[in-house]
Amino acid sequence: MFTEFLIKAGLALFILGNALNFAGLLTWVERKQSAVMQDRIGANRARIEFGSKWLSPVNWILGPLNALGIFHALADAIKMFAKEDFMPRGADRFLHTLAPAISVVFALAAFAVVPFGDVWHVGGRLVNLQVSGLNAGILFVFAMMSLGVYGVILAGFSSNNNYALLGGMRAASQMLSYEITMGLAVMGVVLCAGTLDLQGIVRSQSALWGFATQPLAFLLFMTAALAETKRVPFDLPEGESEIIGYFVEYSGMKFGMFFLTDLVETVLVACLVTTFFFGGWQVPYLLPDGFHFPWGAAVALPHTAVIVLGVTAFFLKVICFNWLFMAIRWTLPRFRYDQLMDLGWKILFPASLVNTIVTSVIVVMKG
Amino acid sequence: MATKIIKRKELGFWDRTYLPAVGLGLWITSRHFFRNMAVHALHLFGFAKNLRGAETYQYPEEQRPLSKRTRTRHRLTKREDGSPRCVACMMCETVCPARCINIVAKENPDPNIEKMPASFDLDLGMCVYCGYCVEVCPEDAIRMDTRILDIAAYSREGMKLDMQKLLNP
Repeated sequence: MFTEFLIKAGLALFILGNALNFAGLLTWVERKQSAVMQDRIGANRARIEFGSKWLSPVNWILGPLNALGIFHALADAIKMFAKEDFMPRGADRFLHTLAPAISVVFALAAFAVVPFGDVWHVGGRLVNLQVSGLNAGILFVFAMMSLGVYGVILAGFSSNNNYALLGGMRAASQMLSYEITMGLAVMGVVLCAGTLDLQGIVRSQSALWGFATQPLAFLLFMTAALAETKRVPFDLPEGESEIIGYFVEYSGMKFGMFFLTDLVETVLVACLVTTFFFGGWQVPYLLPDGFHFPWGAAVALPHTAVIVLGVTAFFLKVICFNWLFMAIRWTLPRFRYDQLMDLGWKILFPASLVNTIVTSVIVVMKG
Repeated sequence: MATKIIKRKELGFWDRTYLPAVGLGLWITSRHFFRNMAVHALHLFGFAKNLRGAETYQYPEEQRPLSKRTRTRHRLTKREDGSPRCVACMMCETVCPARCINIVAKENPDPNIEKMPASFDLDLGMCVYCGYCVEVCPEDAIRMDTRILDIAAYSREGMKLDMQKLLNP
């Protein structure tokens, strides 16, 4: 029993550490990738160097990291913690403090059902590389993503600022509109896989990945999920640069938590898209006993190597999607509010309905 | 008056799905991304030094190449014996639209030259870098070719140059 607990705690720490690391590094990726896309160099002035002579080997290691500007993430964090934590007059102290916590906690909680590997046989035990093997994992993910709306609307509501309230309402309406599309789009995958369990969905993609069987659902889900993360092109709720968003009255690390939520959600969406449409931890031609290529060649691999390959493949896919989302974020301009609602309700929603109906008809016909 | 009626273009089906435009945009930005990343990677191994991975000049360490005719901080040219070529004709002081030059003339000990400046003060805080003083000078005594661009001072006084500073930039 205690060992079970330890194993689960270890898995939770692993996925949580990875999610937060990815989110932290995304601040750096965001700066650098946008810079490279725009023929710039990007932030590279935050550096750590030691003056004393016998620490020079450390300096030698830090050198390339300094040149890459990776410590800007650290500088950001220090800045966030050192800034004044401002509370506007008349604000609800409790809710104002609670809102960013709600945002970030629910975004992180959704990682609990993301499977990042197959069942691992180790020391006579079966370790399912998934923190919680819920048989209704999809419902859990959507529940957590919907609860994230509370953080947003509470932030707008508790700030005692009309503009923050309007921003919060914009955010809530956007997230609710796109959640419907997101849920319906995934129904196609669920119908194909015949299960709500995320591990089961990944298993069902061993022959053909989800984006091949459900191309429309992939596009719809990705668009809706990007809208969920509230980043450009769907960043109307925040409008960092010009429109006032729901976190106007936030500063310091409370603002930092909202900022982190966006990035955690980006990682989460990357994980979900990988799980639903890109075969999760599946590696092409890799079966539990090794590679079986269609031209007849076969490479036998030990069980642990297969598992490690699977986990690596999962995180590689997540990294690729994070790259894609960053590229989208730095390519597209922001939608107008009416365009956003039109896209959500007049294009994505009917398309996802049609996709669900057609998929169910096909699934029933196939028996 | 002839009126030209411009017909507003209706959006087609694909325009309204945004997909082709999004794809095109991603194609353009990704092309830049991968091209620049490839150049950066080649630079790391010492290849393709003639290509630039970024348009950035990292300013204090790296100066932007200046055009030959860029007007930069002034200097006063010297004769062979080290005395200023300036004959204190006041042409530059007269032509200066910003009135930043102030010359006090005195007699030149050389009998072949009439005058020389006793003091030649130039206020860089007022100078507009038009280069008229250089153009108007009959003796080629003032030039703007020191390539000094990063002029900064903590006070207005610090922006003023006297003849010593102008002669030895």
